[in-house]
This record gives sequence, C-alpha cells and structure tokens, in this order.
Amino acid sequence: MSLIETLARMEAAAAGAARPLTTVRHRHLSDRPLVCVPLTTAGEAGAPLGALVGTDRERPLLLTVAQPRDRDLRFAFLAELADAVLPYLDGFADTVGHEERKETDPESGKKVTVQAELCADAPQLIVPSTAGVAYMRLLGRSTRFRRTAEQDPEAPYPAPPHVPLLGRWLTHLGERARVPGSCLLLSMTELLTRHWATGQSALEDQHLGALLAWIDPPEGLSGRAAAERAESARGEDGMLHCPPAGPATDPAFDNALLAPAMARYDADVPGAAEELRELIGGQLRPTWDAVWRGYDLLRALPPGAHVVDRWKRDRWSYTAHRDRVRAGEPPQPKRDDAVTAARKLASRETAQAQLDAQEALDDPLVMAGRRLAGEAFAGEVTAVEESFSEGPRPMPRPLVTLRTADTPLLTDGARLHRPLPDGKAQSAVFVAYEDGAAGSLTVRLTGGMGRGKVPAPGSVPEPGETVCWTLFEHAPRGGPQLPEPEDTPWTHGGPPAAGPEGDAPDPMTPEDFL
Amino acid sequence: MNVFRDSRPAAAAAPSARPTPPPSLRQRLTELRGPGIRPRALDARALAALAANPGCRRRALLDGAGVDKGALAQALGSPAGHGQSRFALARGNSFEARVKADGGAELLRLLHARLPSGTPAPEEGEVAAPDLAAAGPEGRAARTALALREATAAGGWTLLDHPLLAVEVAGSPAYVEPDAVVVRPDGVWTVVEIKSFPMIDGAADAAKVGAAARQAAVYVHGLEGVAAQVTAHGERPARVGDRVLLVCPQDFSNLPTAAAVDIRKQLATTRRQLARLTRVDEIAAALPPDTTFDLHLADDGRTATRPADELAAAVETVDAAYAPECLAACELAFHCRGRSRERGAVETLGRGVRGELGSLRTLDEVLAAAAERTADAAAAPADAPGHGAGPEHPAAPERAPEAPGAAPDDTDPALAALRRAARLRAEALGTAGPPVPVPRTAPGAEDPVCR
Amino acid sequence: MTGAPWTTRQTPGPGGAEPFDPGAAAAAATDAILHDTLHSTRPGVVVDSPPGAGKSTLVVRAARELAAAGHPLMIVAQTNAQVDDLVLRLAEKDPQLPVGRLHGSETGTVDPALAALPEVRTSAKIADLAGMDIVVSTAAKWAHTKVEEGWRHAIVDEAYQMRSDALLAVAGLFERALFVGDPGQLDPFSVVGAEQWAGLAYDPSSSAVATLLAHNPDLPQHRLPVSWRLPASAAPLVSDAFYPFARFRSGTGPGDRSLAFGVPGDGSGVDRVLDEAAVSGWGLLELPARHTPRTDPEAVRAVALVVRRLLDRGAAATSERGPDPEPVTAARVAVGTAHRDQAAAVRATLSELGVSGVVVDTANRLQGREYDVTVVLHPLSGRPDATAFHLETGRLCVLASRHRHACIVVCRAGVAELLDEHPSTEPVQLGVTVKFPDSWEAHHAVLARLAEHRVGWRG
Repeated sequence: MSLIETLARMEAAAAGAARPLTTVRHRHLSDRPLVCVPLTTAGEAGAPLGALVGTDRERPLLLTVAQPRDRDLRFAFLAELADAVLPYLDGFADTVGHEERKETDPESGKKVTVQAELCADAPQLIVPSTAGVAYMRLLGRSTRFRRTAEQDPEAPYPAPPHVPLLGRWLTHLGERARVPGSCLLLSMTELLTRHWATGQSALEDQHLGALLAWIDPPEGLSGRAAAERAESARGEDGMLHCPPAGPATDPAFDNALLAPAMARYDADVPGAAEELRELIGGQLRPTWDAVWRGYDLLRALPPGAHVVDRWKRDRWSYTAHRDRVRAGEPPQPKRDDAVTAARKLASRETAQAQLDAQEALDDPLVMAGRRLAGEAFAGEVTAVEESFSEGPRPMPRPLVTLRTADTPLLTDGARLHRPLPDGKAQSAVFVAYEDGAAGSLTVRLTGGMGRGKVPAPGSVPEPGETVCWTLFEHAPRGGPQLPEPEDTPWTHGGPPAAGPEGDAPDPMTPEDFL
Repeated sequence: MNVFRDSRPAAAAAPSARPTPPPSLRQRLTELRGPGIRPRALDARALAALAANPGCRRRALLDGAGVDKGALAQALGSPAGHGQSRFALARGNSFEARVKADGGAELLRLLHARLPSGTPAPEEGEVAAPDLAAAGPEGRAARTALALREATAAGGWTLLDHPLLAVEVAGSPAYVEPDAVVVRPDGVWTVVEIKSFPMIDGAADAAKVGAAARQAAVYVHGLEGVAAQVTAHGERPARVGDRVLLVCPQDFSNLPTAAAVDIRKQLATTRRQLARLTRVDEIAAALPPDTTFDLHLADDGRTATRPADELAAAVETVDAAYAPECLAACELAFHCRGRSRERGAVETLGRGVRGELGSLRTLDEVLAAAAERTADAAAAPADAPGHGAGPEHPAAPERAPEAPGAAPDDTDPALAALRRAARLRAEALGTAGPPVPVPRTAPGAEDPVCR
Repeated sequence: MTGAPWTTRQTPGPGGAEPFDPGAAAAAATDAILHDTLHSTRPGVVVDSPPGAGKSTLVVRAARELAAAGHPLMIVAQTNAQVDDLVLRLAEKDPQLPVGRLHGSETGTVDPALAALPEVRTSAKIADLAGMDIVVSTAAKWAHTKVEEGWRHAIVDEAYQMRSDALLAVAGLFERALFVGDPGQLDPFSVVGAEQWAGLAYDPSSSAVATLLAHNPDLPQHRLPVSWRLPASAAPLVSDAFYPFARFRSGTGPGDRSLAFGVPGDGSGVDRVLDEAAVSGWGLLELPARHTPRTDPEAVRAVALVVRRLLDRGAAATSERGPDPEPVTAARVAVGTAHRDQAAAVRATLSELGVSGVVVDTANRLQGREYDVTVVLHPLSGRPDATAFHLETGRLCVLASRHRHACIVVCRAGVAELLDEHPSTEPVQLGVTVKFPDSWEAHHAVLARLAEHRVGWRG
C-alpha cells in the first residue's frame, strides 16, 4: 500500500467514513449492466445453490437449486441461468460499426489495413466480490465441455441446450477479467476499493457489506460501527443481518435453516421447495441491493478521460469472441498452450502499464501517488532557453527549467514524458539539477514540437506555467511478437499436439458424486 | 536430505513420544482453563493461527493451555464467524471415507503412482492397518509410536488411520492428528492429508494448498521425533518423507486424485518457529497469580456465567499482536481487533502499512505528524486552497505528535514523506474541486442494505 | 498432473579430502562444456555459473571457438550494458573477429566505445550485419528481429534472468544453443498475476532455464566449479547459503588476498568494522534496534561513513594478480541497497561527505558487477515487517557476492527476531518445483555467519 493510500485510510478511520482515492471513475460502467449474485453449496466444487440475476434492480430473476446433489436440478439451474444470461450477452452482437485495423495478410505476410466489425457496445457483468469472479470462471470451466444431446446423441447425461455455450462465454469473461483495467466482468468490491479508502484493512474490504458501510454509512452510525455490524451482527434467530456476499454461504444459515429445509424437501414435504426458494432468496437479496447501491455510488463519479479508450478494447474482445462462437470454434482449452500463455501475459503486462499511466494522467490524485513515489514531478516553469540539436539539420531542443517540491528518482539522461493538449505525449530528457540540488531542475524537450525549425505553437511551456513530467511512458507498447502455436520451438516442447485429449468432457459416472 | 543447517540444533531435538510438562506448569495451565475443562487439541485452525501469527503471546498462551478460544470469544461478546457448514463437514467426511475405503486401497494406489517407477505395488490384503485406539491422548500417541515402530520393523506397507502425534509447542505438549500416515516397505513414512477442496485440471487453490502444507509440516515434525527413536532402538532405520501426499477430489467429481507436495520449506519454518516461540511457562509466569480464563460454565456446559468484563481483564493480562490476517485464523481476532482499534494501532489497517511509518505506532501519531505540514504549507502557495477543500483533518493540529523520541524532526524521512504525502493529497483534492461527494441513500432508511 | 516426481536428490559434497586444484577443475569443466557445445547430439547445453566463476570468459571463448570452427552464431544477452560488455570482451580477445552489434532504434543505446573497434559493426537492422561471424543483441531486440534463415548456433547469456516467454520469442532464430547463467541471482518476475499458469512446464513467467529443462530434461548440464572473484573467506558462506546443490570453491587460497590500511583505526565502530573486514573478509556494523522507514538516516549515514573511512584510511589490496598492493580507489568500491530511494539517499550522503566515484546501486543493477570492497545496507535493516521482496534470496546473494576482498554489511539489530516472527503463510502452487535455498533459511544462515564479525556502532 502506498503511503498516500495509508494516509487516506487513516483519515477515513479518524473521520468514521471512507475517503476518496480518486477524483474520477477509472472504470467503465454500463448503462445496463447484468448483475449476478451467485451462491454455492459449501464443500462442493461448482454446485450452485442459487443466484439472483438480471438488469432490472427491482425485478431480479431468482434461480435456486432445492437439492444441489441432484444433477437434474443442477442442470435445470444452469439452463435457466443460460436463458437469463445469453440473451443479454447476444444483445450487443448485432449493433456494429466498422473500424480500420492492421492485420497480417495470411498470403503475403504483410501488414494490411482491413475494415473490421466492432460491436458498438458490449455486455458488462457485475458480481459482488472477487470470489464471485472466480466462481464465474469455475462455472465456465464446469460447463463448457459438457455435451448436449444435439451435439452428441450418445452423450451420457446430456446437458441442456445452451449450457456449454454459457460456459464458453463465462470462460471468456473470466479470462478477460484478468486483463488490468478491463470491464466486461467486474466485482463490486474491486470497483469500490479502487475509488475509496476505508478506515479498515484491505482484507476487511473484501466484505461488501462492511465496505459499503464505510463508504455510505447509515444515518447516525460511524463507518466503523456500521461495518462491524455488517460483519457480525446477528438477529435473535442467530442469522447475520447482512449475509455474506457469496458465493459461500454463512455456515450458521446452512446448519440452522438450509439443512433442515433440504431435509424436508428430500422427504417430499409439501411446500418445501417454495420454502427453500424463499430462504435462498432472502440470503441473496441484501447482496443484490448492495451491488446496485455500489453501482449508484460509482455512477456519481465522472469518468476518467481514458476510460472510453479502454472500454473500446473490451468491445474488441467481445466482438472477437462473438466471431469465434459464430465460426463454430471449439471451447477454450483447459490449459493454455505455451504461445497462448505468453501472449496473454504480454498483453496483460502492457494493459497494466497503460492502465497505470492513464489513471495517473486522468486523475491528479493518482498522479500525486506517482509523484510521491518519485515517478513523476510537477512544478512551475521558471525559465525556457532556446537550444538546438547538433547535426546537419538542427532541430529545436529547448531547455526548460522548473521549480518543484517533488523528489523524482532521476538518473542522468532519464527519459521524461508529459501530455500535450492534443493528448499526445511530449518526450524530454533530464539534464541536471540547478545548483546541483533538488528543488529546481532542467529538462531538454526532445519531441512533440513538430517538424519545423521553430517549435509548433503551444508545444513549449511558458515561464509561469505548471507542468507535470512523468518518468513512465504514457502509451507503453506491447511485448515482442511471438511465434504461432504450430511454430512453438523445441525449448518449449514443440508444437502442441493436435486435438488435445485433455479437453475431452469431464468423466461422468452413474453415481451422482456431488 | 539435510538441506537446512539449522543453527539451533535444539529445534530439531526429538520430542519424546510422550512429552510431559512439569507438574507445576500442567497445574498452572489447568487453572488457566478452569477446573474440569479438557484441553483443546491443536487442530488445523490452531496450527493456522500459529503460522499466521507466531509472535502473538496471547494466542501462544491460550493455545498452549488448550483454552477453547471460540467459547472465550463468545463469552467476551465478540464471537468469531468461524463455524463450519454441515454440508462441508458431511462432504469432507464422506470424501475421506471414500479415499480410505477397502483398507485404503485407493489411497495406496494414489501414493504408489507417485513413487519412482519400479517400486513394487502393495498386494491386495498386504496392507496392515493397526488399531490405534487407546485411552486419552497420551495413550493414543504411545499407541501410534508403537505401531510405527512395528510397521517399520515389519518392512511392509502399513496404513495408520488418524494416528496421534505429540509435539512440543512453546514448552507445552500438544497433540496433532494427521488424516493418515503410510509406512512404506523401505521404512519411509509419508503423511497423507485429505482435503475436500478440488484439484481442477491439476491445479488447486494455492492458499488452501499452502495451509495444508503448513499443517502437514507440523505432522512431519511430530513424526520425526518418533522416527529418531525408532531408528535408535529399532533394527531398521525410519525416515519421514519430506513430501506429503495431498488427496483432493478431482475436477467436479468425488473421485480422488493426489499430488505430492514438497514441504521442506514449511518444515524449516515450522521448526524454527517452534524453536523460537516464547515458552508458555514464561508467559504464564508473568501473569498475575490468580489469572484464569475459566468461563464458569453453567450446568448446561455451554453458557458462560463469568462476567464479560472480568474475562476481558483476564485476556488483557497477556499481550496480543493483532493484525487483520488474524481474522481468518484465530477465534479471538474480533476481540483483539476491537482493542487494537480502540488504541488506534496502525496494524489495524494491515501489517504492510508499518513499512513506511518508521517508529509511529498509532493513527493519531501519524495524522498529527502529517498535519504538522501547516508550517511549510504557507511556503507552497498551491497548497493553500487545497487545504480547505481537502478532507477535514480529524486530528487536532495543535496536538503534538507523540512519536517516541522526539518532536517533529525534519530529518526523519518517515515524517518528511508523510508530510509530502499529505500535501500532495490535499493539493490533488483541492485542484480537482471539492472531494468527490458521497451520495446519501434515501433518508429514513435505517439500514438500507441489510435487514 | 501428478506433482513432482518422488525422488530425493543427493547433495553433492563440497569436495573430499583430495587436494583441490582450482585451475585444473575449472579447465576440466570448461573443456567439457566446449566439447558439448560443439559436438553434443542434443540441441542445448546448460551451464550454471556461480558469482565470478568466469561466465563471461566462457561465453567469449565458446563464441570464438564456434566462429573458428566455421559456425556463425548469435548471442542473446539481457541488457544493453551486458551486450556492449560482451562485444568489448570479444574484440579485446580477438580484434580481427567480425562482430555485429544489433541495437534498438533509439539513440544512445550503444556504448560509444564500440565505435573505436575496427571489426565491430553496429546497426539497428539485421540486414546490415549479414555475414558477420557473431551478432550480439538483447533478447528484447532479437524478439523483434525477422530473418530469412536463422542461425545454427546461439549463446544465451544470463539465461536464469531471462523469462520463459522471452526465450519463446527468440528460440525460433536458432537451432541449438549454449545457455549460461547464475541460478542464485534474482529471478525474473511479472507485474501482473501469472498464477493460472503455475505448474505448467512453459509458465511464461518462470525462468527460461526452468522451461528449457522441463521440456528437455536430458540436456547436458554443467557448472563452473570455481569462483575467481570471491575470496577464500567468502566462497564457503555464499556457496553454503545460496548454492546448496551446486557447491563451488574460491580460486584463491586463504593467504592469496589481503587488505590493509595506511592509516590505523581510531577505535570507532566504523574503523573497527573496517579492520574486521580487512582481516576476515566480512564485517557487520550493527546499529541499535529500531523500526525505521526505508531510508533510515542513521543507517544511510553509517554506510556512507564506512565508505569515507575506507578511502580516507588508504586501503590497499594485494591479490594474486601482482606482487604489489594496489590502492582501493573509489572506482573499486560499491554500495549495494535493496531500494532505489536508499541508493539515492546514500549517494546524497556520500556527496555531502565529499566522496565521489563510488557506485551506489540496487541489487538488480549490481548483478554481474565486481568490486574490491562492497558496503551493503542489509535489506531487512530496521524493517517492521519482512516482505517476500526483502526476503528474496537472489537479492541477498547478489549483494553478498560482488566483492574480491571484503564485504561490510550495515544493519540494525533485531533482524533475527524479525525473521522468526515473520509469518510465513505463502500460497503453494501444485506442480511448481520448490526453489531452494529457502529465502528464510538463507537469511538466517547469512546472519549467523555475519554475527561472527559483528562490531557495534558505539563501543
């Protein structure tokens, strides 16, 4: 945790309410997100207990599994979930625009510009917590290899239609969510902790109810008191006032209410199924409302300038997966091959660097953290001296001196960057401290001044102007080009075997072993 | 393989199979628990708490005395939310039963498949399964040690189901119970941990595997003491494997799969932690003479009748080292957190925050030190407007910092960095306009989220 | 996946009772490496090289022998400085050898000294370097290089500091390669999570050698057995703590190197730790226990004072290189820290004390460098907590293995207790080979040895 965030947490603790960590919203929020609040059965992998899902906060769809060990009920749940989620995901597929993009021509191997479809908007799935994101991945993994009767008439225990497709989409969203700054699948706790500092630890922030209690405490209660209440206050029946945000349930709920109700269901007691629906719905509803309350809080923040750029990449990601599904490609493999893994890692590292840079450029409070860390400095220009590069065609290389209270970690010749009004970055190099000490320093502009012998208007700061230089690049580039999977070198095991056996459907036995 | 050159050989010194505390200590620990209360075993949760916070004297004393921390926390009014779901329990038990069914045939198959090829497989009916039942933990531990000696001498395959091992923790005996130990014909003992979290495509939740590895390391440590004795007195040498067998459900099924987990690191850590723990008798000796954590249970054996403030005072006699990680590991954590928050300890925000705060230990000290920037704020004009618009400073500026050692010192980089952080933060919030408004939900909603 | 194979490796002993001839042992190892490089039927050879074991010498020699045998080759290093250093060494050994230095398009990436070498050609375009016997560049530049026909031979330098995905990007350029590196130094890392690939042989965030050997376990593996840099006083500690499975010895004996001062000590803690280090090769200057911020002013000042007194007292070093003592000038001294801000604080304090010319840098940047005397600010000094970063074995190993004569560690008391209380609750990924030595153990081991050379700050 940076010192500036530590300080914000301490201010929050002392004030009894959360303090802002940003001045703008750094994540895209859809006008019409799909919220999904899942619950799972304790001790089981991928045995859903229920979910609230939908785009209308007043009318969520409640899905429940009365007996998670019953395969038919589980499949029915997944089929209903697919029916609720897939139309939403598909709903963005057909409104498209066209964009130019560079592609490698398969025949000539050259880069050519092509017109490509880009969906005008993309779906956004919001779950309560990071555990919820992991659960979406788990559901994706457990369902995408299932075979439907249509795909394979011989399949034992065929899955209902659409369930494998749901798995492929959840897998895609889950993988995309690993890309820093991406917004197709978000957790509310991550969204809120990015924007507010509470007076508790990051571990305690994982509790959505406690987190909201700090950010928006109820009348008459301090954030701390409200958070402690959200964490552990129980009614006379021993149930938490604020059930966990899932997917894990409260053990006390399992033991005192759920287990007896399930026993009644198993014994065919009339009304037991309805009772279970009510019980599970009662655990889900507070979290559903909390997610929407968080959504409202975040919507009140103005979006950062680069948020729309990053959302466009999410739209590309969505469009590409739409195309893969339409082309009838098989489900994503269980484990990535060497080249795919390296490509994903490289793209995520680039995304992280871009996100870090863009958040700082969009938000003085984030930039303050980078300045404190010695990765940027701001100050008032005190002098500008004309200067030119050497060589046959001298170019302007003016020297800019500024006074700053910041203490950047500069080495001789360090490259610097600052945003110009058109959004592009201007490069410079560090020259020296004035009088050899911090407080005042000189940089030499090396770019962004046009091609003329005189710098383009507005491209050189004036004395008295406040400028901010960063030591980090503003639009960091991607990693190296990697070979195609079929060209995987011997150092990495050679090309992956065709049709990997590992991606067969999971074994199914007559006994229902969940 | 002796990878670790432990500079404290005492750490590896074999605890005897039946460690017996000196009578005075045993008496003292009984008093701390309360008369007639049986000591709690050192279960997985206590081991996790030990690993998460080895330096906490309160935890060391309570675990050393076998106090039921969950009941204590309940009586203090700060119950932990650590229950276990019946579903998880039932699933865990049925999975373990399945793994051990048919005399452990499946378990031994899983183990054998991870041995070097060429190792002969155990024949059906060839696996011994000694009865380990005995009276009391001392008896069970002795029975386990005997069974291990016999199994090693016999030179065949033996499966010990829920053996009991004695380990010395902070000078006090404790008993731990692995799910199983397999003795191989070559005299190597392998700890088996059976967990109900899944291995999906060969990977499992790394935090859970880590906890299982630390737990298994304590078992291996306990076994090593027995192995040393068996080797010294038996005709065949015994060795404890430094890889344990972790058995989990495969993918989304109830079919078991397994992985060999190298626990050498966890074992080294466990040895050193156990060797360096403050001895329970030293902690106990520092308590006021009549201190006890006795809950004065009513006749139902569950309801505490001792006043909470009296219990709280008893608990306060021994220091805690609270950090948020305790919440997931220790039943008493909510109580300790409350006290820690009242004191304003910086650790309540996470262990990591201390790194840059130097010798400042409380939120008040930090905020007061940060507020000392008013003097240099005048020199930085950009700062002035930001100050008013920034978050109000809860710590009164006139309050002198209570940092031990000194008044604000410009040469202390922690203070200088704090002031810079405060100035930069206020400036950024100032230039960006007023701090982001926090929208209020509809008035009148007493608790808009939770019922 | 079934987890790690269930076998137990035996630790090779640190040599028996037979007399040890370092020169002969090193030569035998080098001959075997060169033989495999030129004649092995397997596509790769892996060489582990402890600190100062002559890795660069080996690379230069292997490159020249390959070229002499009519095999043009490419060399992959990790940083521009490493590439320039290799080119300079190649040209020094054989000024007639045509060497190409492939560089990035940004100006200022190439050492100007290369311009003076007649047979060295530098270019940002690989086509300009066609026909050169040897072409050297960074992994990053090679990854962006496209050629019609690749090389039959390659040498990959600092392969343990190269990430698996970086090797994936360049491995298509060559058919076979010699991989050389130091397994004890800092591991490569990723700024984003890579847990989803943990346990896979080709985990892109693991080291290139880990991936290479996971897929090709039968490749010939060698190690250089002698450190020519580390003195007899240092090799056992560094070898025991950081290379328990690949022990090495120092090339020099106990009496071969010595350090002496022209000016006697004044009895202060600083002078006494210098005297201790001159006698034993190690010194621990211990400051009173206190929790401090990273840039602990007292510790920083102590580090700077040690350097100042070292220079003021006219340190002179005698070694196997010549009969006469050589003055230990500022250029032969380095200060190592864990963090950049610590390095900056030490630089500022040295400058206040009027000392210039001493390299002050972080462990990352000191990798591969060599000095007569090093002064190290212990990564855990004054810390209230011990994070994985500060515990990382490679960081301590780099800091403790840069010196030819002596290493002085400045540290606050209480680190052993900090380590003991530091909870070790790391997650464990199935299928990932446990990296040894354990950082926790290595720190304890080094501290225990340093404690034998402890001098208090005051009295």
